[in-house]
Amino acid sequence: MLDRAATEAAAKNEAIRPVRFRGAGFVPASSRFGGWIALALVIAIWQAAGSIGLVNPLFLPPPSAIARAIYQLAISGALWQHVSASLLRIGVGWLLGTAAGIAVGFAIGLSRLARSVGITFISALFPIPKIALLPLLILWLGIGEEPKIATIALGVFFSTAISVYSGVDAVPRNLIRMAQSFNVPFATIVRKVIWPGALPAILAGFRITASVALLLVVSAEMIGAQYGIGAFVLQAGNLMQTDQLLAGVVILSVFGLAVGKVIGWLETRLLHWR
Amino acid sequence: MDLIGSHITHRFGDLAVLDDVSFTVSAGEVVAIVGPSGCGKSTLLSILGGLLQPTSGAPELRGSPPADSLNPLTFVFQDFALLPWATVEENVEFPLLHTQLSAAQRRALVDDALRRTGLTDFRKTYPKQLSGGMRQRVGISRALVVKPAILLMDEPLSALDSQTRELLMEDFVRLLADGGMGAVYVTHNLEEAARLADRIVVLSRRPGRIREVVTVPMTRAARSEAASREKLLALQNQIWSLIRNEAIDAEREVQHA
Repeated sequence: MLDRAATEAAAKNEAIRPVRFRGAGFVPASSRFGGWIALALVIAIWQAAGSIGLVNPLFLPPPSAIARAIYQLAISGALWQHVSASLLRIGVGWLLGTAAGIAVGFAIGLSRLARSVGITFISALFPIPKIALLPLLILWLGIGEEPKIATIALGVFFSTAISVYSGVDAVPRNLIRMAQSFNVPFATIVRKVIWPGALPAILAGFRITASVALLLVVSAEMIGAQYGIGAFVLQAGNLMQTDQLLAGVVILSVFGLAVGKVIGWLETRLLHWR
Repeated sequence: MDLIGSHITHRFGDLAVLDDVSFTVSAGEVVAIVGPSGCGKSTLLSILGGLLQPTSGAPELRGSPPADSLNPLTFVFQDFALLPWATVEENVEFPLLHTQLSAAQRRALVDDALRRTGLTDFRKTYPKQLSGGMRQRVGISRALVVKPAILLMDEPLSALDSQTRELLMEDFVRLLADGGMGAVYVTHNLEEAARLADRIVVLSRRPGRIREVVTVPMTRAARSEAASREKLLALQNQIWSLIRNEAIDAEREVQHA
C-alpha cells in the first residue's frame, strides 16, 4: 500500500504537459475579401509601374488607360456593335449545339443502336479542333454569319453530347429499377428520374461549353469578321493599340465571369437537393 | 393473390446463382428467404418481382389482387432507392404520377401512407436531411401508397444500425399484423426472419437451392411475448445449424474470388 501511494505521489510530482494539437491545416477556407484585395493590389502595382515609367505603355498600358479605352468604346457605340455581334454568334451557336447535344446525348444514353453508332462518331470527331473546320464551313455556307455560328455549334455539340450521355449513364440504376417496379412508363422515367439525375452533369457541361463557345467565337472572328470582339482585338493588335486590345480582353473576361455566375445561379436553383 | 416461384434457375454468365427454386407465397402470408451470403436471395427476389429475367423457370401469379391495389407486387429496397431531388411527399407520390388518379385522390393516398409511417411532419424534407431509418420509412410509405398485395422486401434493414433496425422491425410487425398484405422478406438476419415470417425458406450456398422450409409455429402477436422468446431462439439455432457450415464455405469462396 505504502509503495503504491509513493508511486502515485511520484507520478503526481511529474510535470503535466498538454497533448500537442496536430490536426491543423488541410481545410482551406477562402476568405470573403481576400481575393478582391489581392486583385486590387495587383491592379495598383500595375498602375504604379506604368505611372512611374517602369513599363512601356505601348506594350502594357496601365489599367487607367484600359478603363479609358473601354469608356470611349462604350460612348462611341463601337463597344455594343462588337459585343452584340459576338453575343449573337455565341448565343445562336451555343443554343443550336446544346439542343442537338442534349438530344444526341440522351439517345446515346438510352438506346443501344444510338450508343454504338454515336460513340464511334463522337470519338472520331471530338478531338478535331473545330476551328480547323471553319474554312470548309465557309466553302459550304458562304462568308456570312453561318460558318461562324456552325463552328461554335459544332464545338458545343460534341462536349454537350459527351457530358449528357455520361450524365445519363451516371443516373443510379437502382432508381430506374425502382421506377420500373412501380410500372412507371418509359417517358415518365426519362422525365422524372433520368433528366433530374443527369442534370448535374449537364450543368457542369454548360461551364465547359460556355468557354468552348467563347474560344471559338474569338478565333472565328479573328479569321474573318468585320465586327465582334475577336475582330476588334486582332485589329487593335495590328494597329499597336494595346489599350484597345486589352479593353477587348477585359470584356471577354467579364463575359466569361458573367456566364459562370449564371451557371452557378442555375446550379443553386436547380440542384439545391444535393 | 398467390405468388409462385416455379423452377427458377438463374446464371450470371458462367456463374450458377439459383438452381430450380420453387415455392408459393399465399395471399397474406409472410415468407422469409434466408441463406448464406451470395446464395442468390436478392436475385431470387428481383426475379419474383419481374425486375430480372431468369435463365429458366418463371415467377407466376394465381388469383386476382385486391381491387384497389395499384401495384400488386411492390418492392422495398435495401438502399431505399429514393429520388434525392424529390421531397418526402414527392417520393411517396412518385408511383402514383402515371396513374389515372386525380391530384386530390393522390393527395389522400399520400397523406394516408405518410400517416401510417409517421412521416406527416417530414413531408417537405429532402432525403439527405433524414436519418437512415426515416429514409427507409419513406421507402415503406412509397410501397404502401400503391396498396400492394405482396411486399417484396430486399434486406430492408441491413443498411441501418441495430437500434433503428429494432424500431423498424416493430413497424413491420404492426403493418403485417392484420394479414391483409403478404410479403417476401429477404434477409441474412435470422432473428428478423423468425420474428416476421410465417414460413422461412432456407437456401443453400451458391447455386442457391431450397434446403428446407421451416414453418414458424406461432402467431406474430405471440412472438413478442416473453414466453415465446426461447422457442424463437431455438428456431433460430435450428436454422443457423442448417446454414452455418455453408456460410463458412461461402465466406471462404468469397475471399478466394
